[in-house]
Amino acid sequence: MNMARITASVYTSHVPAIGAAIDLGKTAEPYWVPLFKGYEPSKQWMKDNTPDVIFLVYNDHATAFSLEMIPTFAIGTAAEFTPADEGYGPRPVPKVIGHPELASHIAQSVIQDDFDLTIVNRMDVDHGLTVPLSLLCGQPQAWPCPVIPFAVNVVQYPVPSGRRCFMLGQAIRRAIESYDAPLKVQIWGTGGMSHQLQGPRAGLINADWDNRFLDRLIAEPEALSKVPHIEYVREAGSEGIELVMWLIARGAMSDVAGSGKPPKVAHRFFHVPASNTAVGHLILENA
Amino acid sequence: MSLNKPYLDVPGTTIFDAEQSRKGYHLNQFCMSLMKAANRERFKANERAYLDEWPMTEDQKLAVLARDLNRCIALGGNIYFLAKIGATDGKSFQQMAGSMTGMTEEEYRNMMINGGRSVEGNRVIGEDGDAQAHRQPQGAAGRK
Repeated sequence: MNMARITASVYTSHVPAIGAAIDLGKTAEPYWVPLFKGYEPSKQWMKDNTPDVIFLVYNDHATAFSLEMIPTFAIGTAAEFTPADEGYGPRPVPKVIGHPELASHIAQSVIQDDFDLTIVNRMDVDHGLTVPLSLLCGQPQAWPCPVIPFAVNVVQYPVPSGRRCFMLGQAIRRAIESYDAPLKVQIWGTGGMSHQLQGPRAGLINADWDNRFLDRLIAEPEALSKVPHIEYVREAGSEGIELVMWLIARGAMSDVAGSGKPPKVAHRFFHVPASNTAVGHLILENA
Repeated sequence: MSLNKPYLDVPGTTIFDAEQSRKGYHLNQFCMSLMKAANRERFKANERAYLDEWPMTEDQKLAVLARDLNRCIALGGNIYFLAKIGATDGKSFQQMAGSMTGMTEEEYRNMMINGGRSVEGNRVIGEDGDAQAHRQPQGAAGRK
C-alpha cells in the first residue's frame, strides 16, 4: 500500500512553565523531576517510532491570532513556522518545518468534506505547539520530522464542541489516508487537563474528572465527545476546555472508522501540578 | 436574541465570550502590542503615556497600572492577552493566576503542590467552596 497512514496518536498538556523548565535547565529540580520522569518512556517511544510527519493540534494563546481574526480551525500550510515571542522572548527551540503538500491536501479534502478550515501561510507558533515537541523530542538541533500546525480557537467563545472536534478528526483521517505517498503520520492532541488561570477560582484541579476523561477517551470516545462545554468549565476549570482538542486526534484513530480493533495504550501518565495545571499524557497506537 | 450563557453560575469565573471581547477589544489589543520587545521597553519607560496611545477606558488603564487582573477581566480582558503584561513584568503564569485569589505566592504555590483547588463547593454559585464570593479574599495577600 502506498498511501499515507496514521500510525498513532499522542495526547499531552502543553503548559508554558514546562517549556521554561526545559529551556532554563530546571528539569532536575525536585518540583519537576516526577513530571519529566513520566515523559521518559515517551521520548524513547518517539525515537523508536519517529513518524514522517506530525499533525499537531493545539491552540494559539493570543499569539498569532489577536482579536482581529479568530479562526475556529486553522491549518498551517507554510514551509516553516517560527517559534513566537510570547512576551518573554522566543523559546530557544528549532524552527518548525512544515509539510505544505500534505497540509494542502488535507485542507482540500477536509474542506470538501464540509469542515470550513482557515488556511494559514504565515504564522508564528507558540508554546501550545512547541512544548509538546520538547516533551517528546527533548532538545534536538532540529525537530525529527515536519510538523503541520493545526490551531483551534478555545480562547474566545464560542469554541467548537467536542462532537464537532471528534467528527473533524474523522475527516482528517480520511484526508491523510487518501494522500498518495507512503507517509507515516502521527496526530497529536494537546492542551488541558483541568486548569483555571483566572479569577478567584484560579488553581482548580479535578484529578478524578481528568482520569475519567482519560479512561473514556481510550474506551468510549464517541460518548465522551457529547459532553457539553459547560461540564468542562464547571468540572475542569475555564481553561480545561482545551481538552476538546484531544477529541480531534482521537477521532482520527482507525477504530473510530470501524477497524474493529481498539488502539493499544503504549503509555499513560498523569501528574499534578505543573504550575497551575494537571498534566495528562497518552500514547495510543493503531492496532 | 441575546447570547445563551449557561456559564454565568460558575463562581469566580468569567467566560471570555463575544460580549466580554467587545468590551475588552482595545485592552486586549494593547496587551498584544507587548509581544514586541521595543514596545515592552516603551511601556516600561512610561506606562501611562503608552496606555494613552490606546482608546481604552480610564478604568481599564487604571486596572492595568494597578496590575489588578480581576478588574482587567471584569473590564473585558482575557487572561491569555493579559499574560503579556505579566511577561513584560517578568511574572510567571503561576504568579499571575495566584494574584487573582488574594493568596500570597507561597500560599498559592502550596495549594497547587497539594493538588490544587478542589472543585467541591466550587461548581455553582451559592455553594460554600473557597472560590465563592463570600469567602474572598482567600489569603494573606488580600488581607493586607
